[in-house]
Amino acid sequence: MKKRKPNPYRDQYRVWYPFHSPDDPCPPIAKQYVVPPNQFLGFQPPNLPQFSKHEALIKGTLWPIFYSPYPPKKWRDKDGT
Amino acid sequence: MEHEKRRALLRKLQEVDFVLVELNLYLDTHPSDLDALDQYNHCALEREAIRSEYEERYGPLMHFGHSSNRYPCGWNEGPWPWEI
Amino acid sequence: MWIYEKKLQYPVKVSQCNPHLAKLLIEQYGGADGELAAALRYLNQRYTIPDKVKGLLTDIGTEEFAHLEMIATMVYKLTKDATKEQIKAAGLEEHYVNHDLSLFYQSAAGNPFTATYIQSKGDPIADLYEDIAAEEKARATYQWLIDLSDDPDINDSLKFLREREIVHSQRFREAVELLKEYQGQKKFF
Repeated sequence: MKKRKPNPYRDQYRVWYPFHSPDDPCPPIAKQYVVPPNQFLGFQPPNLPQFSKHEALIKGTLWPIFYSPYPPKKWRDKDGT
Repeated sequence: MEHEKRRALLRKLQEVDFVLVELNLYLDTHPSDLDALDQYNHCALEREAIRSEYEERYGPLMHFGHSSNRYPCGWNEGPWPWEI
Repeated sequence: MWIYEKKLQYPVKVSQCNPHLAKLLIEQYGGADGELAAALRYLNQRYTIPDKVKGLLTDIGTEEFAHLEMIATMVYKLTKDATKEQIKAAGLEEHYVNHDLSLFYQSAAGNPFTATYIQSKGDPIADLYEDIAAEEKARATYQWLIDLSDDPDINDSLKFLREREIVHSQRFREAVELLKEYQGQKKFF
């Protein structure tokens, strides 16, 4: 399957796999962390698209570009792919 | 029923006030964005209309002379925001 | 001066009485990266920061008090009608013997709030980098709270608060950019 180039505003989580020793007592868990959109935008440009008033309060921001869902949709996927 | 009506009107105020907070913080770092200033001033008028409707029905939102206090349903009466 | 407005910034609803969740949420009330620490940090820095950033620190500091009130509301509602059995089961007896069910500025582990949670360096770049870090740490704390909470209504409010940390961090990053500029300087090179 062809891999889509990730979009940092939409694909906000990263996955990594700590070394797993055969002697480790628990089964391994893939580690995930969030990289929020404020790491990419720089100084906010004017006239970005906005949420409606209603939507903005629900989302916690007026600008969709800053929206960071938690947990992200694929958060529960085992290997995060 | 009255509780639901009150909550709906309060939500309307929370929505417009939230846009004002967002625009305010944006303008703090973008003080010469005229479109954002316009939108801010427009929302401020809108919030004023909702505020006066809310206070008319449910009593003063603010103290120290920023809302008129009256009898009954004055400032000192609940429910308070953490109780609703 | 400050004026109080008799409303929450965002509605807080609680699905069920859950004193154990209240015990965890107190981290954001009186913990190191909590809302009280945030409000006091920004409102304290603003006196000595360059003019361009005074408004932002004042406004974000003020918004943090609105968030503090939301956390207090959650804790209050989650514990208000708890029975003695529920208090014991939630591990809140140590809190109860000192405070009854009144709120106290402390972390989830019971450490009382301290001014040492807040730095104040007087160097604008150092202070703003502390603010950016504080916002990211608070964002992370909200994530761990959401992970542990199974109250959908509380999680709704916690997600709102988490998103606010992201926007505040963005504004502090922009403030750093403003401080880098030479514009408005009397002395040119």
